Order: sequence, then C-alpha cells, then structure tokens
Amino acid sequence: MTILRVEDAKKAFGATQALCGVSLELGEGELLGLLGPNGAGKTTLVRALAGRVRLDGGTIELFGRRLSATETRDGLGVVPQEIALYPLLTARENLEAFGSFNGLRGGALRDRVAWALEWTGLSERAREPIRRFSGGMRRRLNIACGVLHEPRVILLDEPTVGVDPQSRERIYEMLDRLRANGVSMLLTTHQLDEAEARCERIVIVDRGRVIAAGTLGDLVRDTVGGGRVVTVKLDRAPATPIEGLASEANGTIWRGPVRDVDVDLAAVLRRVAAAGRTVEDLEVRQPSLQSVFLHLTGRELRE
Amino acid sequence: MIRTLLRIHWTNLRRDRVAQLLSFVVPMAFFTIFALIFGGRGGGVTGRVHIAVVDESHTATSQRLVRALQAEKSLIVLTRVKAGGPARDTTRVPIDRARAEQLVREGRVPVALVLPAGLDTSLARFDGGGAPIQMLSDPSDPIAPQVVGGLLQKIVMSAMPDVFMKSGIGQFERYTGGLTPRQRTAVDQWLPQLRARAERDSAGAPATSAGAGGDSAGAASGPGADSAKSADFSGLARVEVVPVLGRKQDTGMISFYAAAIAVMFLLFTASAVAGTLLDEVDSGTLERVLSSRLGMTGLLAGKWIYITLLGMLQITVMFVYGMLVFRLDLLHHLPGFAVMTLFTAATAAAFGLFLASMCRTRAQLGGISLLIILVMSALGGSMFPRIFMTPGMLKAGLVTFNAWALDGYVKVFWREAPLADLLPQVGMLAGFLVVFLVLARLFARRWERV
Repeated sequence: MTILRVEDAKKAFGATQALCGVSLELGEGELLGLLGPNGAGKTTLVRALAGRVRLDGGTIELFGRRLSATETRDGLGVVPQEIALYPLLTARENLEAFGSFNGLRGGALRDRVAWALEWTGLSERAREPIRRFSGGMRRRLNIACGVLHEPRVILLDEPTVGVDPQSRERIYEMLDRLRANGVSMLLTTHQLDEAEARCERIVIVDRGRVIAAGTLGDLVRDTVGGGRVVTVKLDRAPATPIEGLASEANGTIWRGPVRDVDVDLAAVLRRVAAAGRTVEDLEVRQPSLQSVFLHLTGRELRE
Repeated sequence: MIRTLLRIHWTNLRRDRVAQLLSFVVPMAFFTIFALIFGGRGGGVTGRVHIAVVDESHTATSQRLVRALQAEKSLIVLTRVKAGGPARDTTRVPIDRARAEQLVREGRVPVALVLPAGLDTSLARFDGGGAPIQMLSDPSDPIAPQVVGGLLQKIVMSAMPDVFMKSGIGQFERYTGGLTPRQRTAVDQWLPQLRARAERDSAGAPATSAGAGGDSAGAASGPGADSAKSADFSGLARVEVVPVLGRKQDTGMISFYAAAIAVMFLLFTASAVAGTLLDEVDSGTLERVLSSRLGMTGLLAGKWIYITLLGMLQITVMFVYGMLVFRLDLLHHLPGFAVMTLFTAATAAAFGLFLASMCRTRAQLGGISLLIILVMSALGGSMFPRIFMTPGMLKAGLVTFNAWALDGYVKVFWREAPLADLLPQVGMLAGFLVVFLVLARLFARRWERV
C-alpha cells in the first residue's frame, strides 16, 4: 500500500532547476533510499515533502490525500542532518520542547518522552545538558525529537553521519523497531553501504531527475549487468597495464568485471602471470551500489 | 611571515564590511553626535533658554523688565499661553502663577519668573527688604536657573539703570540726609536721559551669548540646595528660587540614569536574545521548528514575549537596586513605572527581533546592533541627558524610541505626571513596537517556504 506518493515534482530557484519532474512512491513499512550526488535535488525534495519548499509543479500525496504547500504535516516526522537541538537544554527538555511543537500535551507528552528516553538509551542521562553528550548520543536524540509525535512516515536525512560503527548499529536497531510497527521511512544518505544493506528499494536522482529506481538487484542488472567484479592484489605493480582490469592504489590492486566467473577468472589470472606478477589476494563479488551509483552519475566532481 | 600575516589581516578587513563599519564609521558617527551635543552649535545657533514670565506687579517698571527680558537674545520668553477649553479655542491669556508652575512641572520651560506686586520697591535695595522676584525652577535642569539668574542681574542693571539710580538715591537720602534742591533738580533731569539711553541700548542690543549667564553664575544659587526655597541671590534684583517639583534633584538624576542605563542595556539584551533566531538558522533548529505545528508567527511571538518579560525584569532589577542603594523613590511611582517598563521592554524586544531578522549572520547582527544601539543611546539620551541637549538635538533624538522611553520615565519620576500624561510617550512606543514587529515578520519571511 502506497503511503507517500510524489508525482512530477518541479521546482526552480531562479535559473537553477532543482527538480525536473521527480516521481516516487513509498510503501507502508518500507525503507526507501534516496541517493544522488551533491546538488542532485534530494534536499529540495525532502524539504518539499516536509512543507518547507513550495513546488512549482507536481503533487504530493500522503495517506492518499493530496497535500497543499502550506499544510501542516502531522503524520510526517523530519530528522534533519544537522543536530537541530537546543544545546543548553537537557535531553528531556529537548524532547519536551519538540514534542510540544508537534502538538503533544500533558500525559501524552510525558509518556512519549519516557518512551523516547528508553528508545534512545538515554534514560540515565535525561537530566544532563546535551552539550556534554557524545556525537552518537546527540544523533539518537536528534532522531527521537523527530519521531516523538508518532508519525507514520519519517524523512531521515543522513541520520548516521559522523558516528562510530556502534552508534550506527544502535541507530538502525532503533529504526528497525519503528519499522516493525509499520512506520515508513525515506532515507537520504551518501553512505552507500548503508543504503545497500538497509533499504528495500533505492531511488537515485541526479540533476533534478530520477535516473534509476528499484531494488539493488534491479539496479545492478539494469546498469552494470549481472556479472561479478574481481579484485586482485599483486606483489608489485606491473610494468604494463593488465588487459581488462583497472588499477587502484599504488598499482598493486587491479579490479574489473567478469561475466562468467568459471571462464573469465582463469583468463584474468593468466594475464597476471604473463605480466610477471604474483597474486597475493583475490576477491570476487557482486557489483556494489557504489558501482551502480558511479556508473549512473559518473566520476567527475560536481562542485 | 609577518608580511603574510599582514596581508591576511588586511584581506580579512577588506572583505568584512562589519569590521569596516566598526573601525571607521562608528567612531565618526560618535564623534559627530557628541560634537553636536557638547558643541551645542548645530547650525550655528546657541541653545536659548525658554522661560515663562508672570507679571503680578503690572507697573511700568515690571513691564519694562518684561520687555527687557524679551529683548535678551539668550532667552525665549513666554508671557501668554492658550487658554484652557476647547481645542479650537486659540485665545491666549497672560500667564499667572498657577499656569507658570504647570509649565515648569510639565517640562515645557525649565524656569518661570514671577515679578511680584511691589517689584518697584524691591529692586536695588541693599537692606534685603521688599518682595523678591521668584524663580520657579525644574530641579531636573540644574543649568537653566543659573543662566536665567545671571541674565536677570545683567538685564536689570543694563536695561533699567534709572530705576537703580532712583532707588539708590532714595537709600542715600534715607541714611545720609536729603539732597539739596540743586542736586535734586539735576537728578530729576538726568534720570529720564538715563532711561532713554538704556531703552535705546536695549532696542539695539547685540546678541548675547550663553556665556553671559556663566559670568554671573557665581551670583546664583543652584537648585539643588537642601532647603525648598533659597533667597541667596545677592544681585541687584533679589531672586528667590522655588523648585516646583518637590523631589530632591539627586534622586531625580538617579532615576534618570537608572532608566537611561537600563534602556541601553535592554537594547543589547534584546538584540542578543533575538539573535538566537540566527543561531537556530545555523543549527538547523529553525528548519525543524518550522516543520512542526509552530509557524514563524508563533515563533516570533514566543520570542517577543520572552524578551519583553526579560526586559521588564532587567529594568525592575535596576530600579530596585537604585531604590535600595541610592534611595530612589520607586514605591511612590509604581503605576507609572509599570506602564513605562512594559511598553519600553515590549518595544525593545520588537526592535531586537527586527534587527535579528534583518541580519544574515550573528557576526552581522553583532556589528550592526552595536552601531545602531550606541547611536540610538547617544541620540536618545542614555549617554547624555536630553535636557542638556540643544533643541535641534532634542528633535533629532525623537526618531529613536528610547528617547520617548526616557522622556516617559522623566515624566514619572521628575514631573510626577499622572498616568494620562504618559499617553504621548506610550503612544509613540506602541507605534514603534508595531512597526518593528511588522518589519521583523516581513524580514522573517525569507526563512519560511521558498
């Protein structure tokens, strides 16, 4: 069941066309990854969903009802990339403030604050000003302030940027608990490994347009093909390039696609031997989301 | 390396307009303002003292004295005022003692002279007898009574020498015996000539600078004397100073400075707290708040109310401190104080929000608010009492809302004005408040939906 639908969203800032007809759908309980290079239009789209950008064209439907630009999005939670909290307030006070801004009052507010403190693992630190918190603790609280009012759709903008692997795991555990209750999420991130591991579907936007959408398997098949990628680490850099592979690092690591592992891998090893080098390590794997992303958006810097 | 550092700092200065403003424009602005205040020569005109004159004597001598006062170019003399009654009634009536007191009490003139019945017999008496000229004075202005007192001595001496000669001869005859008939004839012939010459001189008298008052200042007593009345003017015209506002001058000055300093720092506080708006823009908190049910209008309203309450507390603390330490009479002026503090704090809060919403960064707000608040404080009277300013500077100061606020506090604590008399000040503050809030809301639109 589609919870959120964007149809042909268009937005221009002066001469810059930020969105050129973006369409996407988010299903109930789904985690949808929204990827794209810097300046692709992700932030504009998320801000339009949050009611902070007025679209020039197109529509946004939430729970099957078309939203106006100025309408309050009660069923939507926004978790910004910045730690958008009051640094001198305690964790509890921040939760109370954002809960109040989102319409919670009295007992309902108290209950939700207690839930959020437990959910984030911050109950023990509830009375401390958050400026004393670690980056991971602030991130968790930042997310909690966006979901306190029990939205059924959550927009997550880089929710794990700048945190250690343990905090990242904790954050995804928290999000999984929400998803288990049917909450839908739109995740924008540059952490492609996270998107690959966590998202059920992925939408890639570039220059204000959707350039690919689907599961990781769909994207791989439609872009870089269904083969595998072989990576070899050599003892020394070869004097001449190895056919069919591209070098990385200091010339000792070479990588390239193989269509049929049984046949093509042996050919790769023969070419390495012909170059007079020895293989120290070898890896064969499915093309990653990064391969797909770079294939679709290119390797040139955008800024 | 030093050269590189110099280049870096110079480049920073060239690209930082706020730093340029603070380095070069603010000092010049202050120099200009204080030169105008202390130079007092805006447009080359010396500040003239406004006085009211009440003629209770109605004699040729008192009328001559009034005319001589009117001819004195350091004075602006008011002898008639509009009669009370319908607003359209423009009839002007001579000022009586009650009206003169009211003029002083309302701050329209700092000094009123009452020429008493029997003035003719009291001028130039060396025995201290006779009714003295009464000088009704406003204790908030310690300068004007001294200037007027000195000028009065000079005017009486230079414009009415025949009166003095006649009185002197009378005194001479009283204590040493009468003049001979020949001497009497000579005196009678000479006195009219003396009078005619004085009137000619008075009609064509050159402009007298305020310094003339300074020459005679030593002959006048200050208004801050402990007794309510003092008769220690020792000139040819005996003058009795009557402060019409019962409070002691030092307490009045303390209340003035409590208000002046409080309002200046209130402005700094208001702009600093309103600057949290810019912090919230930088931290992303504003974006998050605006995504919630709380819109920009609600956010600004919340901040405005908070800064208003904080400002009221700040002013109250200042006055309570003044009451406890300097015996400022706060308790007898509570209603007026409450009204002025509410409107002053509310307007300052709106002004802070206006400044913050106008600026793009905290640094910009810091520079601009420092510039504007210091200029406003100088013009508006926080740094230098407005009562000492020239009329031009007084008018210029009215473009700042803090001048209206300070005028209101002066009315409450010095003039002991009833609440209704605060209407002009409160009305203007309310006007400023609405303008600032509307501007702040308009500027804040840039953070809303784009």
